[in-house]
Amino acid sequence: MSSEIVLDIHTSVSGLHDAHHSHDGHEHHHHETFISKYVFSMDHKMIAKQFLITGMFWAVLGGLMSVLFRLQLGYPDSTFPWLEDILGKWAKGGHITPEAYYALVTTHGTVLVFFVLTAGLSGTFANFLIPLQVGARDMASPFMNMLSFWFFFIAGIVMLSSIFVETGPFSGGWTAYPPLSALGDASPGSKTGMDLWIVSMALFVVSSLLGGLNYIATVLNMRTKGMSMTRLPLTIWALFFTAVLGVLSFPVLFSGFILLIFDRNFGTSFYLSDIFVNGAGALPNEGGSAILYQHLFWFLGHPEVYIILLPAMGMVSEILSTNSRKPIFGYMAMIGSMFAIAILAFLVWAHHMFVTGLNPFLGSIFVLLTLLIAVPSAIKVFNWLTTLWRGNIRFTPAMMFAIGFVSLFISGGLTGIWLGNSALDIHLHDTYFVIAHFHIVMGVASMFGMFAGIYHWFPKMYGRFLNNTLGYVHFWITIIGAYLIFWPMHYEGLAGMPRRYYDYSIWESFKQFGDLNRFISTVAMIVFATQILFLANFFYSIFKGRKLRSANPWGSNTLEWTTPIRPGHGNWPGEIPEVYRWAYDYGKDGHDFISQTTPVGADESVH
Amino acid sequence: MVTVNGKESDGRIHPQKFVLWVAMGSIVMMFAGLTSAYIVKKSQANWLEYSLPLIFWYSTLAIIISSVTINMALKAFKAREMRQYRTLISVTALLGLLFLGLQIAGFTNLEARNIPLFGSKSNSSTSFLGVITILHMLHVLGGVIALLIIFIRAYLSKVKNYSSLPIEIISTYWHFVDFLWIYLFIFFNWLR
Repeated sequence: MSSEIVLDIHTSVSGLHDAHHSHDGHEHHHHETFISKYVFSMDHKMIAKQFLITGMFWAVLGGLMSVLFRLQLGYPDSTFPWLEDILGKWAKGGHITPEAYYALVTTHGTVLVFFVLTAGLSGTFANFLIPLQVGARDMASPFMNMLSFWFFFIAGIVMLSSIFVETGPFSGGWTAYPPLSALGDASPGSKTGMDLWIVSMALFVVSSLLGGLNYIATVLNMRTKGMSMTRLPLTIWALFFTAVLGVLSFPVLFSGFILLIFDRNFGTSFYLSDIFVNGAGALPNEGGSAILYQHLFWFLGHPEVYIILLPAMGMVSEILSTNSRKPIFGYMAMIGSMFAIAILAFLVWAHHMFVTGLNPFLGSIFVLLTLLIAVPSAIKVFNWLTTLWRGNIRFTPAMMFAIGFVSLFISGGLTGIWLGNSALDIHLHDTYFVIAHFHIVMGVASMFGMFAGIYHWFPKMYGRFLNNTLGYVHFWITIIGAYLIFWPMHYEGLAGMPRRYYDYSIWESFKQFGDLNRFISTVAMIVFATQILFLANFFYSIFKGRKLRSANPWGSNTLEWTTPIRPGHGNWPGEIPEVYRWAYDYGKDGHDFISQTTPVGADESVH
Repeated sequence: MVTVNGKESDGRIHPQKFVLWVAMGSIVMMFAGLTSAYIVKKSQANWLEYSLPLIFWYSTLAIIISSVTINMALKAFKAREMRQYRTLISVTALLGLLFLGLQIAGFTNLEARNIPLFGSKSNSSTSFLGVITILHMLHVLGGVIALLIIFIRAYLSKVKNYSSLPIEIISTYWHFVDFLWIYLFIFFNWLR
């Protein structure tokens, strides 16, 4: 314990690697208790695993919720008595009630967007990869890093408890628009459920900010000698932009929540006006604007999309290059396009609000800015494809998921061009077309990035490999399943089928999709079961997986593979290695790969 | 606990100071969000115009003076004038508390003039004033607590501590909340 603290001070105080000489002898006699090693750990690697496994818990729960509401959508006329056994009054007679359906949809969205794809994705990989790939012993502030996880954990506990309150969890959609979110009388879920939702989200914002501050400070201040910004692996650039987006946009969401809390609890009229509530009469509030909340929400909400997507993009770039045995194509263009995406992320929020009565002229400006995102996105896709082009490709499971990401990003991104048009949006808004678009481009694509990252860095995390065969089964069922689930939804959306409806079988215009909905639900269940297979592989391999024999199994250039197979707290037993070149010298001058720590030879030019 | 000077030998900024700067950027975004919401809301119907309580001028004065005293405290610390340093950080903390008290007095003044900040009879123009000012007060309170911690540490610590990092970080933050209030004060006076 005592040597642990010494180490923490060293890492948190000094941005220079040569301040660590005194520490060299300490590595072998760490005395860690179970609590300090596995629970209140300040080691960035352990915190990353905590984020990952907590994220997995939420992914299973959120995914299970989607299976439950897909049961309702696919089989609206059937009853499932076992549903009453697990959901009680929320599934009277084996049929999910409308309230439960909306609660499931809302919680599924909130949990997947924030707990899985924000905390689970960037929490895991920013924590794990930033110190390892920039060459630092730990984060700028390991203590804040630990707090970041525990705020996330408590946010999760609060969200989980909202599922068990008598009036049920919040059920007004993951965006929590007022008046549904501001008025307790609006629905059962708007009572205690909403209070807990907002407390949970406030804690989550604090967690994200603590994490983001740390990631930025570590990338900018704690790089090892020779690691200039343009020698950083693209994963680090992506995680850096992600953190900047989070630090600048989450506070705005927070201000939106504060005003919401005042409207809910202190009778103010920021969002509420003299709405007429059935049975209660008109509200005493005057002059509030519900649209104001939407502006504040989407000012976070849109950057949030890139907070989810950028880490996946970064990891995919790294994995594609490593497994094509080729340098990444257009390294600077990759950084430039991520920068462009980060800037544009703040300038497009109103495309979520085209049909809220937004001034059409203003709308046309947001159309232009939105469509501009196609430019950096296309640059990235081009560079990924040219990295693969004539590469010496190794189809590891990580590589399969990375290629799958590119495929999903292309198919989901193209429909974004449709939705970015305010004119087309008149027809397409709030239909299944939107569901299909964002699930493919943001949800499934980022999940693929996350899977790619897990398969690729699992050996570094646990010193063992995941089972390859199960990995390929996982990949093929998931990618085929994802397309089978979401592709048909485009047609439903084009036909005008609105999202968030409880039962389509009573609508003459959407009855025709009954069979299709049943098909989608069936595939969703199969894909969900396959994720359980992946989890089994994950937890089995932690203890029984094939052991790692060499420190650098993928023949990779980046610094994390220069650490021992099971690195201790502090990552490198001796001095932190110095960096002499960029991370992508693959297949150069007849060498398969040249690690970043190899000095530049006399016959080479410096990168 | 921290034993390294603020600046690294190669001129790089200390990571903890850097974290503070990013955090201040984050806080700025929160207030930018709120003040933009204020501007949007002001352009819509049903916006109450009223005059700010006079007491806010006194609180502004108090917080400006406190910025001067914390700067003197930092100088005293660096000159190892520990007695003067302790007096000055106490004065700064008290001025911070005075600021908070004056803000609350300002709210009472508004209530007395029958301009409620919250509740169903409130107008969102005053509610905005209330929410934004209270959030700023919480940030000042955070600074006061940080001052108290280093104040207690200055007495309790058995080991002589020559690092000026904690007081440097707190004084930067203190100036920041000072500027933040000046911005908000001008904003509220300008856009009523």
